[in-house]
Amino acid sequence: MTTQYWPARAAPFLRRRVYWLLILPPLLFLCVFFLIPFAFAFKISFADSTIAIPPFTKLFSVTPDGHYALTVTLDNYRYLVTDDVYLLSYIFSLRTAFCSTLICLLLGYPMAYGIARAPRSTQTILLLLIILPFWTSFLLRVYALQGIISEHGLLNNLLLWLGLIHTPLRIMHTTLAVYIGIVYSYLPFMILPLYATLEKLDVTLLEAAADLGTPPWRPFLEITLPLSLPGVIAGSMLVFIPAIGEFVIPSLLGGPDSLMIGRVLWDEFFANHNWPVASAVATAFLVLLVGPIALYQHYQMKDQAPS
Amino acid sequence: MSARLAPGLIAVLTFGLAFLYLPIFVLIAYSFNASALVTVWGGFSAAWYGKLLHNPQVLDAALLSLEVGMAAATSAVVLGTLAAVALVRIRRFRFRLLLTGMVHAPLVVPEIITGITLLLLFVSMAQMFGWPKHRDFLSLVLAHISFCMAYVTITVVPRLASADRALEEAAMDLGAGPLRAFMEITLPIIAPALISGWLLSFTLSLDDLVISSFVAGPGSSTLPMVIYSKVKLGVSPDMNALASLIIVLVGGGVVCAGWLMIRAELQRMRDRQLSEQG
Repeated sequence: MTTQYWPARAAPFLRRRVYWLLILPPLLFLCVFFLIPFAFAFKISFADSTIAIPPFTKLFSVTPDGHYALTVTLDNYRYLVTDDVYLLSYIFSLRTAFCSTLICLLLGYPMAYGIARAPRSTQTILLLLIILPFWTSFLLRVYALQGIISEHGLLNNLLLWLGLIHTPLRIMHTTLAVYIGIVYSYLPFMILPLYATLEKLDVTLLEAAADLGTPPWRPFLEITLPLSLPGVIAGSMLVFIPAIGEFVIPSLLGGPDSLMIGRVLWDEFFANHNWPVASAVATAFLVLLVGPIALYQHYQMKDQAPS
Repeated sequence: MSARLAPGLIAVLTFGLAFLYLPIFVLIAYSFNASALVTVWGGFSAAWYGKLLHNPQVLDAALLSLEVGMAAATSAVVLGTLAAVALVRIRRFRFRLLLTGMVHAPLVVPEIITGITLLLLFVSMAQMFGWPKHRDFLSLVLAHISFCMAYVTITVVPRLASADRALEEAAMDLGAGPLRAFMEITLPIIAPALISGWLLSFTLSLDDLVISSFVAGPGSSTLPMVIYSKVKLGVSPDMNALASLIIVLVGGGVVCAGWLMIRAELQRMRDRQLSEQG
């Protein structure tokens, strides 16, 4: 996500007016279909919900005596603070995303390290194997996971056959299944940036340290790990960001108590038809979580750009 | 780089790769299960694949998804490339920061929020201008372009930034106009990035459930929407067949495309080496 580029010399052939032929189509498209929609969500978060199509009241109206009237309600936001379900789902989403990112890191780091240390020819094959799932359907992969962890799935059958357990484990429809689902779906995102930094590491530094008669874990902790920190941060962001707004995984694998914010939003919209509250939840989510992440990335990109 | 890996690392790599691939293999195996009970093996059968061909709901949805995917991927490549050219080639212009932000933001904003805001946009536009009257093909394509564009731009930008400007300038010194120089020199150089951008957009569009569910009106269900509503009820054998079919087709297509691109790239590098030696 940290794409770096440097603006080349200003093109001599492109005159100012020609510039805009390039810039305007993507700029206008993104304004209309990405930026302005947020303004509408913000606006509707101050409306009242009614039973109508569309199910919200108008903010601006003309009164019978010809005056313009502005009707704004803060009830939707008050609702967010007073009803526990929203606060709990924020906390649950944060905790789930944080823990699954950590599990991804613990599993992904040794994998990336192994790939980076493997012979060149094996490296290419291993990398392709890590990238390929990224290209296969996310929804279908989450569905495929059910065949492993469901009550009569492969895992339970195997454990029963081995005699390790006597009754099937209940993994499906629990929070554990959500963790497994997130790690399964986003593991490649963690491995790729980790591999990119580990592969560039100067092995001679490590060898020098190892030569000096230290135990083998010391050079790892004191040299490799600190040097690979940029990869750790990049990979963790790539897992944490999609995990926090995840809907498909808690909906298909999680139980009724796996209330992640994405699921609460979906229900508010499709089950309760309360569009104004959904808009308020979305606005709060954006301001509280996405905003800080975007700012962090923006400054990180700026820091890296000159190097 | 040592040639031998520590046994611990090999064990973790094996476990990790098995974790990534086992569910898919199990899914494909069960799609050939004759038994309607998903968990009991009842012998080999391709009957579930045959059933898919007679399911109009699945066929309609697949057709709609393919059409939306093609239209969205193609438009996203055009718009995304324009944005990439603007960002790489024009040093300073008004709204540069805005364009950079909007190009990168879709990668950070959760799908569910993009979906809600786009639905509110379409509904509010219908209220204000009477358009769009129905949310169907067009609204799906517009929504898909808006999240695919970002992926195209971030794929094209590095390729464009590393392209040799001297070639383009040489073409113009020889009298080619800027448009012709771009079309005949720069476009072939960045073509691999355009192809990967298109493929990435196409697979993302084909796979999208959340945004589509919001912006699709009643009666226009994409394939992921049909799959989701069926799967929500539990594992079903015909969905196993459908899922296996999609995974094998898309995975195979991507592997072939990748292989062809790597081969073309190697060929070009060899040609260049030969021309430098000759």
